[in-house]
Amino acid sequence: MITLQNIHKSYQMGLNPLHVLKGIDLQIEKGELVSIMGSSGSGKSTLLNIIGILDNHDEGEYKLDGKIIANLSETKAALLRNEYIGFVFQSFNLISFKNAMENVALPLYYKKISRKKRNKIAMDYLDKVGLLDWAEHMPNELSGGQKQRVAIARSLIARPKVILADEPTGALDSSTSYEVMEILRNINQEGITVIIVTHEDDISRMTKRVIKLKDGIIEADYVPKPLQNSSLNGSGSRLADKENVTLNIQT
Amino acid sequence: MFDIDKWQEILSTIKKNKLRTFLTGFSVAWGIFMLIILLGSGKGLENGFENEFRGAAKNSLWIWTGRTSVAHNGMNPGRAIRFTNDDYENLKNNIDQREYISGRFNIWWGNQVTYNNETHSFGIRNVHPDYEYIEALTITEGRYINHLDITHHRKVAVISTLVRDILFKDESSEAIGKYILVNNIPFKVVGFFEDESRNENNMRLIYIPISTAQMVFSGGNRLHEISMTIHANNLEEAQRAEENIRNRLAAVHNFDPDDRRALGTWNSFENYMQMQSLFKGIRLFIWIIGIGTIIAGIVGVSNIMVIVVKERTREIGVRKALGATPLSVVSLVLFESVLITTFAGYIGLVLGVGLLELLSGIDAPFFSNPSADFGLAVSATLLLIFAGAVAGFVPAQRAAKIKPIEALRDE
Repeated sequence: MITLQNIHKSYQMGLNPLHVLKGIDLQIEKGELVSIMGSSGSGKSTLLNIIGILDNHDEGEYKLDGKIIANLSETKAALLRNEYIGFVFQSFNLISFKNAMENVALPLYYKKISRKKRNKIAMDYLDKVGLLDWAEHMPNELSGGQKQRVAIARSLIARPKVILADEPTGALDSSTSYEVMEILRNINQEGITVIIVTHEDDISRMTKRVIKLKDGIIEADYVPKPLQNSSLNGSGSRLADKENVTLNIQT
Repeated sequence: MFDIDKWQEILSTIKKNKLRTFLTGFSVAWGIFMLIILLGSGKGLENGFENEFRGAAKNSLWIWTGRTSVAHNGMNPGRAIRFTNDDYENLKNNIDQREYISGRFNIWWGNQVTYNNETHSFGIRNVHPDYEYIEALTITEGRYINHLDITHHRKVAVISTLVRDILFKDESSEAIGKYILVNNIPFKVVGFFEDESRNENNMRLIYIPISTAQMVFSGGNRLHEISMTIHANNLEEAQRAEENIRNRLAAVHNFDPDDRRALGTWNSFENYMQMQSLFKGIRLFIWIIGIGTIIAGIVGVSNIMVIVVKERTREIGVRKALGATPLSVVSLVLFESVLITTFAGYIGLVLGVGLLELLSGIDAPFFSNPSADFGLAVSATLLLIFAGAVAGFVPAQRAAKIKPIEALRDE
């Protein structure tokens, strides 16, 4: 699904270029659940942005679903993002003057799907993250966990092949974090590739593969030891039961 | 371009950002409103001035006599100068620049005008036929004094519509041909006039042929005033004509041509020229303020658009991450700005024109019937819409170009 070969990226910081990625080689298959870890400044967010076609790489080759991603026009990049990638951000990035349903429906607006139809689909996805009753609420009326669930529904609605989550639990407390992770894991089980950037060890241990970055290169790439069942199932499934979180995405 | 869904998206954005919409709209509506009020008041001022000075032809010259104040050719000061019909003939035949000319004989006593049981006091003016043009009178029915009236000393009177209504009351429509008594002498009514200056003093008047008045009110060949219109292209020419007349009359009546007490003159051309330069000044003033208002409006709209785009940078980043193309981002911002400025401009236009409509009844001295040049107001609105679009376009373009990742980082 995703192939990176010798990816380099520098930012111009004042007078000195800051070499953030120093040759990344990475292969992620369809249906993987991967976490990218590293301390701040290790280049993990930059890597995610390149994978998400939010940013260009300077050197190397990036293939997404077999297509070479290089020198894209903004318009072309926007269309590819819309088609292939769903984003989940640390700060949710919901549009404040749109209600939950309208936020979820937004990617379909850019797919030129009619308002009526996209709002109906958005309701289905809100239902899937257990927020059907909150459809008419504005983002500032939702809790952090609810906002992130709206953002996840939004990332799913255009049926992307890859979900990119940048510190999706960074702004949440631990029980809400587990709840969000549970949703992401369920999405993954539907066959969607999920890539999560995090610096939290317990979050990475809920994924199936950990890529550790340090100073712009991959330091380690391993399968993590799963978290003790008690804490995951304990908080995660209890919340899922309570709020009736069920994911059942037809692909 | 016309895409219902896009407009719905824009409308919902506008609806949910009321303060922003209000601020943008307000500066546009206010600018247009002020511009219209300004243009309207300028026009009102101009109309008012024009009305105030409409009573007389714009190039008229009025001459009257007094007493000499300096010795001349061995004559003592203090000698009274009197006009006669000969002076009228003299000026009539010898002043090249003369257009219309009339003498005026005043009667100071009585002025009782009677019809049936109605007796009132009105001004009585005894003049030549040309006086109609010198005072710029409008004849609403019948005729003014003519040359036959003068040569045959006819007892005819031309009365104002105001005098007609006061004297004849219900019979107003049949007043022509009826006889009225002026100081107990019957005169036949031959016409009605109106004076455009709308000053009531100029309407409480009746006109009588000068020759008749001199005869029946024992005036002999005496004149009190001579008035005329002169053909002049500029102030110098008008002053030269005045000089010419003064010299000619001074020679006849034997007084110093520079003696202002012996011969008084009033040249409306001078006033007219002053008025013209005053109007020019007012117009210039209005244009300067108007352009200032428009510029303030443009700056206001541009300022708000820059802030709006700045405020929306993050939203634009999110939209781009979700698949918005740069074009769709630019058009979203731009159409919103155009929609708001158009609507607000229209509101300002309607409010301004509405207020002027309310004020259009006003007819005060020096201010009358304010009205705005509608075409100009519409052009100003279009200019503001265009300015808003340009002002929105530049930052929108920049926002659409920045990487979504930078927009998202923008806190």
